[in-house]
Amino acid sequence: MKKIIPVLLSAVMLFTAMPVKANAEPVTINVYNWGQYISDGTDGYIDVNKAFTEATGIEVNYMTFDSNETMYTKLKTGGSTYDVIIPSDYMAARLIAEDMLEELDYSNIPNYAYVDEAYKNTTYDPDNKYTVPYTWGTVGVIYNKKYVDEADIGSWDLLWNSKYSGKILMFDNPRDAFAISELLLGLSINTEDEAELRSAAYKLIEQKPLVQSYVMDQIFDKMEREEAWIAPYYAGDYLLMVQENPDLGFYFPEEGFNLFIDAMCIPKGCQNKEAAEAYINFLCSAEISGQNLDYLGYSTPVSDAKQYMNPDTAASEIAYPTSETLENGSAFCYLQTETSQLMDSLWLEVKTQGSVDSYAIICMSAVAALLASYFVIHNIRKKKRLANRCKKWKQ
Amino acid sequence: MKSKSLAAPYLVWMVLFTVIPLAIVAYYAFTDSQTGQFTLENVSNIGNYMPILIKSIWLALISSVICLIIGYPVAYFIAGCDEILQRFLYMLVMLPMCISFLLRTLAWVALTEDTGIINNIITALGMEPLPLIRNNGAVVLGMVYNYLPYMIMPLYTVIMKIDRNLVEAAEDLGCNGTNVFKRVIFPLSVPGIISGFTMVFVPAVSTFYISQKLGSSGTTLIGDVIESQFKTAYNPNLGAALSLVLMVMIFICIGVMNRFGDDEEVITL
Repeated sequence: MKKIIPVLLSAVMLFTAMPVKANAEPVTINVYNWGQYISDGTDGYIDVNKAFTEATGIEVNYMTFDSNETMYTKLKTGGSTYDVIIPSDYMAARLIAEDMLEELDYSNIPNYAYVDEAYKNTTYDPDNKYTVPYTWGTVGVIYNKKYVDEADIGSWDLLWNSKYSGKILMFDNPRDAFAISELLLGLSINTEDEAELRSAAYKLIEQKPLVQSYVMDQIFDKMEREEAWIAPYYAGDYLLMVQENPDLGFYFPEEGFNLFIDAMCIPKGCQNKEAAEAYINFLCSAEISGQNLDYLGYSTPVSDAKQYMNPDTAASEIAYPTSETLENGSAFCYLQTETSQLMDSLWLEVKTQGSVDSYAIICMSAVAALLASYFVIHNIRKKKRLANRCKKWKQ
Repeated sequence: MKSKSLAAPYLVWMVLFTVIPLAIVAYYAFTDSQTGQFTLENVSNIGNYMPILIKSIWLALISSVICLIIGYPVAYFIAGCDEILQRFLYMLVMLPMCISFLLRTLAWVALTEDTGIINNIITALGMEPLPLIRNNGAVVLGMVYNYLPYMIMPLYTVIMKIDRNLVEAAEDLGCNGTNVFKRVIFPLSVPGIISGFTMVFVPAVSTFYISQKLGSSGTTLIGDVIESQFKTAYNPNLGAALSLVLMVMIFICIGVMNRFGDDEEVITL
């Protein structure tokens, strides 16, 4: 305790503008973010949460999820309260539509002014009431140059190429997986048409025998160690992976790709709204955003932040594609509840397809038949024996 | 009367953490996710998942049988050692359980992957890598490895408690080694077999982690489906219905196993 107080005091003196009460009891906020999605002090990069605590005295209880859907379920089932969450665009739209977000007080987030206009008035939050962009990025194909023939790349159909059967990874969430299938079929990634969704699901079922596994952040490990050779994933994560394994390549498929924004929001039930807004404000500052995303490889929505980055990262065409490439990208929109439920059940069909094992069914029936006959024969023998005993006893 | 009042704390515990949660599961299984009204739709949907359920039971059954085949001689051997060695060996059996189950499964992944330790050694020796992971065999291996202690423990306890005088009596009456085992030791260890079998079968049939890590995209088990309903798809109603059916199936299986335990039947084995 003795050490904490001077630190707190100096922090308060330094950052008097921050809305912090100099209470002895430190405030703690619960932050719920994607896994591997903040600079945490590795390789000499900034430790964002620590820097925030040092600057404001607010403690950060940091937790991670592996997909928007997991995060949604966690919020929906309750039991835990979060102060800041960072979902993707379409999930933010769903949360807004279902009245699960608090309106932000932008006067507590002065750094919002530095966010580029392109990331304001978005489709998911048209009036800028609930969200502040954290990063943006693209989805493309990551492949291993050692094993994948250059002639095969360029399109999403690489993920359907039977030459690489068993070495292909796929997204483990319906929205991203369906988007790929829809793009390949020339459909909109926001289609709500049942027949179109079914054809997309059929395409995914077609791909299934080739898929090694459906994963999210395990992609890092599997691609870096060359357990798998081909995977669709977020461009920013490719930049992290390529540092570990320089044989990895990346391309934007010609059919188009998903362009996403991940946004910081405050869910209903938040305990410390002011502290949460201070956190959002902190992440939005050019300096922090620059240093944080320099490590992450995702793209910053704050142009000023680029000056705090490694010039190579800031110039990367994968993190900051040319406007020509970006034209090919499309963003996710909010889907009606019925549509997302249909997608969920189709996704379950995809995942359970092929698990049907006639061999297992035959064997199980054989076991059941054996057991039944055993008990029947046994009962008959038992009765006979009893009858014999009775006879003997009578005699 | 006294003994009844001693059971009261457990009764409270059971009502709070078994009966009430089960009632909630049943409630979700029979209600609609949107309106909250009574419906049989969730339960009737289960037909679609029947093949997966059967496959889960089949793999769990194979694992239990393998556990029994491996575990019985081990338990028999440990029970026959002197006391200090017994304690030591028993501790060795328990030792893996001190490490997290998830970690142990991940260790198998690291061992069996295409670029894993075993295949690296094989390729270094100039042979073709083996498909060790992402098949049914790998899932069964994971189940056997993780649940084997649950088989050995009850077997060991039961075999150890068998009265040595019975064995001696049988030998005095002219029974040879094989027959002593067949007619005395084995029948007396049947209760251990049944509880061991149950303790392996029940967690194996509902596992999801093992099949996700060691199985392929095609080895989805019923546990995976239930997990996805609660974790990502957010359809607790279908998840609850599936859990309920799984529970009934497990009860049926245990019921069948317990029939082997009738004293009358054992004697005639």
